Amino acid sequence: MIIRKQPELRYSDVTPKNVYLNRRRFLGASAAALGSLAGPYSALAAPTKLNAVKTQAPFSVTDKETPLSTVTNYNNFYEFGTDKPDPGRNAPKWHVPDPWMVRIEGAGAGKPQTLDLNAIMKIAPLEERIYRHRCVERWSIIVPWIGFSLSALLKLAEPNGNAKYVAFQSYYDPKVMLSSGEAGIRFPYVEGLRMDEAMNSLAMLVVGLYGETLPNQNGAPFRLVVPWKYGFKSIKSINKISLVEKEPPTTWNIANSREYGFYSNVNPEVDHPRWSQATEERLGELARRKTLKFNGYGDQVAAMYAFMDLRKNY
Amino acid sequence: MTIAKILSSKWTKAVLFLACAIPFVRLSPPVLAALNALPDSVAAAISQNGFFVTIGPNPVEFITHYTGDWTLRLLLITLTVTPLRNLLNRPQLTRFRRMLGLFAFFYAMLHLATWAWLDKAFDPSEMWKDIMKRWYITVGMAALLGMTPLAITSTAGWVRRLGYKRWQALHRTVYFCGIAGVTHYYLLVKSDIRLPLMYGAILTVLLGYRVIKRVRQPKLAPRRAVAPVG
Repeated sequence: MIIRKQPELRYSDVTPKNVYLNRRRFLGASAAALGSLAGPYSALAAPTKLNAVKTQAPFSVTDKETPLSTVTNYNNFYEFGTDKPDPGRNAPKWHVPDPWMVRIEGAGAGKPQTLDLNAIMKIAPLEERIYRHRCVERWSIIVPWIGFSLSALLKLAEPNGNAKYVAFQSYYDPKVMLSSGEAGIRFPYVEGLRMDEAMNSLAMLVVGLYGETLPNQNGAPFRLVVPWKYGFKSIKSINKISLVEKEPPTTWNIANSREYGFYSNVNPEVDHPRWSQATEERLGELARRKTLKFNGYGDQVAAMYAFMDLRKNY
Repeated sequence: MTIAKILSSKWTKAVLFLACAIPFVRLSPPVLAALNALPDSVAAAISQNGFFVTIGPNPVEFITHYTGDWTLRLLLITLTVTPLRNLLNRPQLTRFRRMLGLFAFFYAMLHLATWAWLDKAFDPSEMWKDIMKRWYITVGMAALLGMTPLAITSTAGWVRRLGYKRWQALHRTVYFCGIAGVTHYYLLVKSDIRLPLMYGAILTVLLGYRVIKRVRQPKLAPRRAVAPVG
């Protein structure tokens, strides 16, 4: 009989809760004393309040926001389990490594560098953007994300003529996460965007939601959100970014290239081989909704695909 | 009380009936609450009570998976009755087979109703498109169609009408339904195939037992002696 293995929790054994809670208080106090720009932020911190400027259309939609409890208990994050409630149960036990170092490199990076979280938090002013988020499995949610345009981060690396695509990689620790064999997809999780997509101001680097830092199951400490594409493109818990010349491999495309293309733009006219994408289940509603092309962000993104056959480049 | 007596008791059958009904009892009040068919106070009480399932934010997905899961489990349990009876030499076990099979059919009907109603809104053209276009639905529908005559002819009257030999031959269709059911599950998961493979492994053992038994069984018809003995 095959039994799903529960992730072992090594980090929590090393650092007892009261110790890291004290440490967090200390970090918060010292950061406040220094008058840190980004405010107290530790990768280990449980939800920390974030101050963000609210944005208007086209960066925010007026749809009713999905309750926080749904956003944090209904997740696809296969590293922490393949059932929707699994990440909400397993990921909170994961200790996000601190410091969290992110490497930006590749032939297209004029200025390769390594950033820690505090540096990332200071790249641009934090904005709250209310985006539609549509999963390839036909469910959707409305989330008030906190972060800024991905382009602000990429510009730091001074992209040169070789930067045609951006490749992202998720953190992976087999000691606390499922194995590739268990999840059925290859780890570490990788994703990618074409350079013009990555530089589109809608593509967002997210560090929080609902006014606080990201819960682990939503991709702590920071993730990508590309609202006009199916959710699996919005890679979580990023620790490596490369500016590259060729279209990079992407996890779901490796698992099943017929079902999950590199572009994966939300498109009601192009069926998934096993189901229609014409409608969606907005979580919390019983009646199905019609799915919007490019998830309703056509004005901002359709021009990028003007000369492409979206049936071929699904 | 001996095991034979317990197995022949009408109470055992009643207990088994209730056990098979538990998944339905755990499911239906939360479904009514999700459909807004219950007063708020009752719905709140149901959501507080751990006995009932937690439907979560995607009711259609949850109900579909839950009823499908129980269909497969009961189908596999039904297929376990005969091997278990033979291995333990407990003929009384046969009494439970029909009820288990009918419960599998019952959950399969709930599964079908969930798809037709909540997913397809009873739109015949949408349903037909799905059946023709999507392999896992084609196969699942075949399993359901295969189970239907078995449910209808499950009574003693039908055994008499068909004659035991023909009735038994008809009811061997359940092997096909098991294979189609597990295939349906395997075809629809995205990437984590552990559960469908586990169901597949159990089914392989249960069907494998029957194949081996048939191969090993001595021929029933007495062989004519080639040469007179003595």
